[in-house]
Parts: sequence; structure tokens; C-alpha cells
Amino acid sequence: MTALVDEQTLRAPEEGSVLPQIKPRPISEIRAHLRATRTLWCPGCSNGIVTRALVEAILALDLDEDKVAIFAGIGCCGRITTYVDYSTVHTTHGRALAFASGAKVADPDLHVIVVMGDGDCAAIGGNHLIHAARRNIDVTALVFNNSIYGMTGGQMSPTTHVGDRSTTSRYGNVERAFDLCELAHASGATYVARGTAWDYRQLARLIAGGINHHGFSFVEAMAICPVYYGRQNLTADPAEFLTLQKEHAVPASTYGEGVARRHETYPVGVLHHAEFEEYTDGQRVTRQRAQEHGRG
Amino acid sequence: MGKERVVLQGNEAVAEGALAAGARFFAGYPITPSTEIAERLSVRLPEVGGAFMQMEDEIASMAAVIGASLAGKKALTATSGPGFSLMQENLGYAAMAQVPCVVVNVMRGGPSTGLPTDPSQGDVMQARWGTHGEHSIITLIPSSVKECYHLTVRAFELSERHRTPVIVLSDAIIGHMREAIELPDPDELRVYPRRDPDYSVEEYEEIVSTVDNILPQASLGSRFKVHVTGLVYDRRSGSPDTSAPSVAAELGTYLREKIYLHRDALTDVEELFMDDAELAVFAYGSVARSAKSAVRWARERGLKVGLVRPITIWPFPTAAVEEMSRKVHTIIVPEMNLRQIAWEVQAASCSEARVVDYGRIDGKLIHPREIQELIERELTVKEHTA
Repeated sequence: MTALVDEQTLRAPEEGSVLPQIKPRPISEIRAHLRATRTLWCPGCSNGIVTRALVEAILALDLDEDKVAIFAGIGCCGRITTYVDYSTVHTTHGRALAFASGAKVADPDLHVIVVMGDGDCAAIGGNHLIHAARRNIDVTALVFNNSIYGMTGGQMSPTTHVGDRSTTSRYGNVERAFDLCELAHASGATYVARGTAWDYRQLARLIAGGINHHGFSFVEAMAICPVYYGRQNLTADPAEFLTLQKEHAVPASTYGEGVARRHETYPVGVLHHAEFEEYTDGQRVTRQRAQEHGRG
Repeated sequence: MGKERVVLQGNEAVAEGALAAGARFFAGYPITPSTEIAERLSVRLPEVGGAFMQMEDEIASMAAVIGASLAGKKALTATSGPGFSLMQENLGYAAMAQVPCVVVNVMRGGPSTGLPTDPSQGDVMQARWGTHGEHSIITLIPSSVKECYHLTVRAFELSERHRTPVIVLSDAIIGHMREAIELPDPDELRVYPRRDPDYSVEEYEEIVSTVDNILPQASLGSRFKVHVTGLVYDRRSGSPDTSAPSVAAELGTYLREKIYLHRDALTDVEELFMDDAELAVFAYGSVARSAKSAVRWARERGLKVGLVRPITIWPFPTAAVEEMSRKVHTIIVPEMNLRQIAWEVQAASCSEARVVDYGRIDGKLIHPREIQELIERELTVKEHTA
């Protein structure tokens, strides 16, 4: 009988060893993995960049495409299921991780990727997030965090910062924002990373690292919504908004040193990486025990 | 070797029926009075190579069941009242996206936390209309331990055949009652297999785009690309299309017709002493047991009383009710709710037959004596008005 791992063995993040190298592909090769030529995403939206990073990651890992299953919730980024040419399940708002967990347990050979927005993942789906992380089920959660509900027209979300304006916080948001990576880490995720739309090559590597990781992987993609977030807050200019990401994103290795740690800055890279028994492996152990018990 | 005869609880029989039907995945959340189904399957599923998941809530349970079904496993969940309410969102998803799965609701007193350990039939309308939007659904309603077993097998067959969620509406009495049943040989059961389509990828796409019959759903991880959404979608491509009214109308009509055009084959009804009956009792689930006893009591006294017991409650057995209403002058509908099915009987009756409703919502089973008194009263009324 396989022994269960009793203690979580922590390891310092070593980006080089975790992340595969990715050489960006020509756009024609990316397009060959898309089903749509048009999207409903607004001009200036970074969802297309994050989608490209995801496709780059899948291609770089040379996965068996029949075994790729992409689940998504409801919201702007949920529409990715209509755009990418893999098997896709466009689920209900907030529930994508629960749908995906059932599929992964039913067929552990699947490469399950779960796309969620910040409201999707941390408000209505917050309970599913912490429990999927706690189970350490081998799925890769990719959150498009643009700090706003875009599909419904710019309401505050659980990652909208204090003071930010939205159509439901006209006088300034008084709720604190979740740090999604800290939430995922505290909940038991064994791979936690954050990247930006600004640096899509790093983002693609971080996503690939998550797919490669055997356990629950959480990748936060800092996205921009110039139309609904930018106009009410920083800037409605997509290029300017992306450039701000460059200033705010600090490599995890140097984050917190000297003056870099300001409230609008955030660490990027692999933030946490650990080994712990994966959930479907645990299911296999359970089956072995049940069958041995049955024979005894 | 004779067949194995065992004493089982209704909830245990549901679990065994599910396994016999080929279910290999269960996701659920503990809730009285359905918990024994989860407990038994947590032991039994791993023994047969399946998987049991205890989820964070019933919303996630329903979602995981749909995910597992999409990945190629026959899947079920079991719950009661408040949990059934939480499942409604994703139950609608399964109806919309045409994902086969089975939901067992062991009814308890409600609304809200209500009477957690007491029986009720308060969810019969919720089973039909609980999720939002126009949709169709199949619901079976057992009234014995043996039926818990066989209707769970049947639920999986119908669910796979029609690519739709099927609800088994048990209740706290049926779920916790113990009876001796004979476990059938597996090859005696009508089990609808789960398999990927036999076509090539090109043929499959061609057929999906041209025919109207229900095709087997290819699984995630198969050689077919699978696209599933809860949005209104074009049935030929699987892609969302919310701009063309004709697409929404066609999909909605199809989702109804794929069940309603088959309602004669779907709706099972048990009839007792109906040949010469002048008064009928229409009862389902645990109440039908009391009704059967009362009808036998009436026959022993020479009273022409019969029983009609729906085994399929949705789609509603309209044809059987029509026929019953032509034969009798009075139909008594005892149920553990206030008129939910009596209204349906009234709507489906096509004669002068009086529909007499009798409801209890105090968590107590309707006793045979109460139905006997109703029969006596109604026959007396008829005598005086004749």
C-alpha cells in the first residue's frame, strides 16, 4: 500500500527548476488553436493576451490535446471556452472548480485547466476555491484578475482596492481587497504564481509551471480592464494601463526589500511551491484499501 | 443458486441500485434524511473502482456530478430539502447542457430547515419547476425499498437515453424503512451503457449537424472535441448563440420534445382494482402505501374503490389521469403537502369527477384510517347527492 504523505514539505520557490522555457510561437500557430476570429472582449482588454499565454503554455508542454479540458465560469473571461479549440465546458458562475474537480476525479488522465474571473473565483466561487486548494486536486486554476465585474458593467469585486470607484462604489470602495495568491496559499494550493498581461512570456511560463505541477496550481494573471475599471480609476488608455503594470509588478525574489513594497505593488513569479499528496492519488489509495479490505 | 435476499433500507437500496446501473461517481454533502446513501457509496464505490467525493456544499456536489458525467462516468448525488434547493442552479445547467445524471431527493418537512427528520412530499413541484426557466425533467417516485433499487436503475437508463437529469423523489419514510428484497442478477436489469459515439470525428460532426435524434454525448478526454455551455447554443455546433431568436426557440422546443414526445414510454403507473372502480385514490410515494391498504379495506367491504399510483410523477401521467377521471365519480388525492399534485390531477381530469384533496404538513404519515374515512365520507356524499 502506498504510504500517505503526512507532512507538507515546503520548498523555497526556485523558478528556474519549476518553469519550462517558452519560445513564443508565430501568431499563425496560436490562431490554429482558436475557434473564433472575433471575441466580445472590448478593445484594449487584456483577455486576449492572457488567452495567448495559456495557448503558448499548452503548446510548450506538448500535451495530448485530446486530454486537455478547459473549464470556465461566467464573466468576460468565461467566454474563452468559445474561443479556444480544445474541449471546453462553460459552467455556471463561480462553480467552474467544482465541475472541474468532478471531471478530474472521473478521469485523472485529463489536463484540467480552470479559467475564472476575480468575482467568479473569489466572491461567488470563494468556497469552491478554498476547498479545491485544500484537496490539492491536480487542476490548474487561472484567474483573470481585472479587479472589476466587467460583463455586468463595472461593479466592485473582491479584488477592487479600498478607495477605488466602481458603479456600485461611487463614493470609493470601503471593502478590503483579497490577495488571491495569499488566499490560495493559505488554503493549501501547492503551486501559487502571479504574472501580468504586461509580461505575457513570463505569464505563459507561470501557467506552464502550473499545468506541469502535480497538485492544485493557482495562477493569478493581473489583467487590465481599461473600459470599466480604468475609466473609473487609473486610466482608460490600454497602453498606459499596461505600462503601469510594469511599474507595479515586482519580482518575488526582491519584493519587500527597500522601497519596492508599496500598496499598489505586488510580487510576481512563483510565490509558493510545495509537494503534498495529490487528491486523485489519494482516491487511488482509497480504492486499493477498499479492494484489499473487500478481499480480506 | 437462488437469488440473494437481503434486508435493506430504502437509502441503501438506492445506493445498490446506482451501482447496479453502472454509476461510478458520487458527490454529495451530508444531510438528513439522505446521508445513508452517501455513507454506503463512500464504502461501495471504491470497492468497484469508482469514486466518492464529499463536497463543500450541495452546489458543488451537483457541479462535480455534471463534471464527472461529462468525463464519461455515470454519476449521481443524493440530498434532502435545503440541499435540493442549492442544487437547483446546476440542475438547470444539466437540463440545458443535456448532461445525464441522477439526483436523489429524500424529502423532509420544509420550507427551510423545517422538519429535518420527518417525511414530506413538499418538493414534488420543486422537482418539476425548481430551477429557473422553461425546461423539462423526468422524476420518479418510489414507494418501497424494492422500488428504490429499481427506480434508481431506471433513472440512470432514462437519464442516459434522453441525456437529461433524472430526479428520484424518495422521502424520509421510504428512505429509512427496511424491507427484504431480492437483488436481481445484473443481466436481468435494463442498463443503458455509457460509451463514446462509434463514428469517426468527421462523421460525428456531420451527423450532429443534420439529425434530430438524441446522440450520445462524447466524453471529455475522448477523440471528440466537446463543447458544453449553459448559454443558449446552436445544437449543431455546441457554440453559444444568443442573438438569433430562432436558435433559442429551436433549442427550447427540442429540450421539451425530447422528453414529452416520449411521455407514453416514460410514464409508469400502477393501477389496483380500477376495472370497476367508482371512486379512485390517487397517491404516490409513502402515502401510496397507506392508500393501498385503505383501498384493500374498502374492497373487503364490497366498496368499488381503486388505486392509481404514479411511479413517474414528471412528466405527469396525464393519460392515466384522464382515463381514471372517465371511470370514477370521485378522485381522492392524499399527499404530504397542500394540494400540489391535486391541482395537477384536477387539470388533467376531463370529466365531472370530483377531485378531493387531503393534505398533511405536520411531518406525520397519512394513516390508512384517514383515507378509509375519506372514502366512506365521499361515498356517503355521493349517495346523498345521487
